[in-house]
Amino acid sequence: MVFPMFDANDLAVFPVDVWIADGVQWLALNLRPLFLAIKWPIENLLTFNDHVLHAVPFPVFLILAFLIAYRLASLGIALFTTIAFVIIASLGVWDESMTTLSLISTAIVISTAIGLPIGVWCALNDSVWQVVRPVLDIMQTTPTFVYLVPVVMLFGVGTVPGEVAVVIAAAPPLIRFTNLGIRMVETEMVEAGLAFGADRRQLLWEIQFPLAIPTILGGLNQTVLTAMVMSVVVAMIGAEGLGLVVLQGLGRLDVGRAAVGGIAIILLAMILDRITQKLAQPATSKAKRSLWAAVCAALIGFRSKPATGPA
Amino acid sequence: MNERLRIENLYKVFSDRPEKAMSLLKAGVGKEQVLTETRAVVGLNDVSLTVPGGAMYMIMGLSGSGKSTLARCINRLNEPTAGKILLDGRDIVPLKPAELLEIRRRRISMVFQHFALLPNKTVVENAEFGLKMRGVPLQQRRKRAEEILSIVGLGKWCKHYPHELSGGMRQRVGLARALATDADLLIMDEAFSALDPLIRSEMQDELLRLQRTLNKTIVFITHDFQEAVKLGTRIAIMKDGAVVREGTPQAIVADPGNDYVSAFTREVDRSRVFEASAVMQPCEAIGKSGEIQIVRQATGKIKRIGFALDSSGRVVGLLDEVAFSKLDAGSACEGLMSREFVKVRENTKLIDAVRMNGPQQPMAVVDADDRFVGLLQAEHILAFIASSPSTVASAHGVPNV
Repeated sequence: MVFPMFDANDLAVFPVDVWIADGVQWLALNLRPLFLAIKWPIENLLTFNDHVLHAVPFPVFLILAFLIAYRLASLGIALFTTIAFVIIASLGVWDESMTTLSLISTAIVISTAIGLPIGVWCALNDSVWQVVRPVLDIMQTTPTFVYLVPVVMLFGVGTVPGEVAVVIAAAPPLIRFTNLGIRMVETEMVEAGLAFGADRRQLLWEIQFPLAIPTILGGLNQTVLTAMVMSVVVAMIGAEGLGLVVLQGLGRLDVGRAAVGGIAIILLAMILDRITQKLAQPATSKAKRSLWAAVCAALIGFRSKPATGPA
Repeated sequence: MNERLRIENLYKVFSDRPEKAMSLLKAGVGKEQVLTETRAVVGLNDVSLTVPGGAMYMIMGLSGSGKSTLARCINRLNEPTAGKILLDGRDIVPLKPAELLEIRRRRISMVFQHFALLPNKTVVENAEFGLKMRGVPLQQRRKRAEEILSIVGLGKWCKHYPHELSGGMRQRVGLARALATDADLLIMDEAFSALDPLIRSEMQDELLRLQRTLNKTIVFITHDFQEAVKLGTRIAIMKDGAVVREGTPQAIVADPGNDYVSAFTREVDRSRVFEASAVMQPCEAIGKSGEIQIVRQATGKIKRIGFALDSSGRVVGLLDEVAFSKLDAGSACEGLMSREFVKVRENTKLIDAVRMNGPQQPMAVVDADDRFVGLLQAEHILAFIASSPSTVASAHGVPNV
């Protein structure tokens, strides 16, 4: 007599796929007002950013990009930024790049608006962190494609649902780094605040938050890069931008088109990374570059070095 | 002596449920055994202290002795497990958060070992931090901070950032921040321990200078016995969370009381701790010559030497052995005494007395009113510095406070 061997597939008795499909459908039907409410600010901000970025004349954009990069980072990075944007334009994907940039800039604004308060709350309250932490773990370990399924079910397809996916992917690093930054503030600093009679609010705004800013800016760098990656991936659910260029290139087996999209993506990512990374570096020279100094530097032909503070 | 701060039977046990550890401690069980039985770390074990107003009270101990825990209990950065902390007679242990904030803003301030200056704020913004917490308007607190910074010698550095300053200067900012709030009780937690030796010595002198004019009550935590002796008006030595010896620096050096303390006192430069009054020899009056009173060394009569005093007890001349023999022969004192003699105040440190000492001559020791109190000789100072602690205490009867 042959005893039937116990097989792994015999255990497949739970119709989890059905449950989830039903659950998501239920959510989409019954919580529709909620998702519309979430979508509304994202849609408006995205449309606004998109209009602005497309409306700015190319030369003006270059000058602004140079000044911003110079103010936030350094002269070298400002030059790199300008040249990289010229290359992107010469590749013929300027409009798509601006769409991607609007996706990213919107994601930065919304991630900051959501991420900072949640991060601060997590740092000040252990039980909140105990709840938020596994959620962040799930969000960050989930492959980016997997996000797209519930997003399409709940928000539909197109650029705005794509933006929702970008925000969901981009916010967790900022929450994590904000929490970490505040918790890492030296005990002696916190004690100094308490010893001079700081209450909880003063302690947060005078000591903990300012001292956590370098770490938080490190988180912002991560957020920007994640948003960059995600803004390309969401082309799969119909979002426009550089991702769509690559996707079209793939679909038509047009290697050249796909490569152009890829190069533009890399340049944009490098610009954003260099600028935000410089932000996160601990400021050894506190001398803030004024916009006026930046204009001067641009006019004189980048010869003068920015004034540094007293050693 | 008005008392500013009194600590009564203070306990600190680091544990979520300290009750069992507390009952063990009160039954006299040691720190180690409490740890093995309850896994609770004992920070303070029945500490009682009295800090007089205007004192520089040193709390000295090695790592893990509980000295920093004690300092942090005083402004309740650490919550005491049991006991009382009386600031001007008012117990601050049961205070509510709002009252505690007021105490921290107005009565107690603190200087930290690693300065704890905010790197994103300028020197003057750091110095005014305490006032800002209290809600003092910008102009007023800025003015006050600038005043204090110029007192500690940093008037020109207001607009700079802490990272532009050296260690000693940073701690001056820390000190200025603590002084700016006008708190009368200053907790200095190993304030100079992170500085290199020369700067540390300079800062100690600076603190002594400031203390002469400010007259704050200072609780100073240190692991350096030399520092405790140099700065302190009183010293409490801690071990395993308990005070093992308490007293004036002189009393502790003269009589350590136990082996643990004598390990520290052995290295101390006794000439910098003791004053002329501890070594001076008493003199006896042996007669009068007109208006002038003659006093002579009362003990150790190897040589007959003494001084001539006027009617109010002021020293007018030195009488050596030759002079005494002529006096015995009936000569008048006026012509015999030497008017070149060295006079030291009774609170002069021995090292300074030695510097003033003339060749082979005894020095006259006088009190604050310039009246003669005793006679001091170089050989006695040498013998005193070289002697072992126990013999000093018994030979000269230094009061064991």
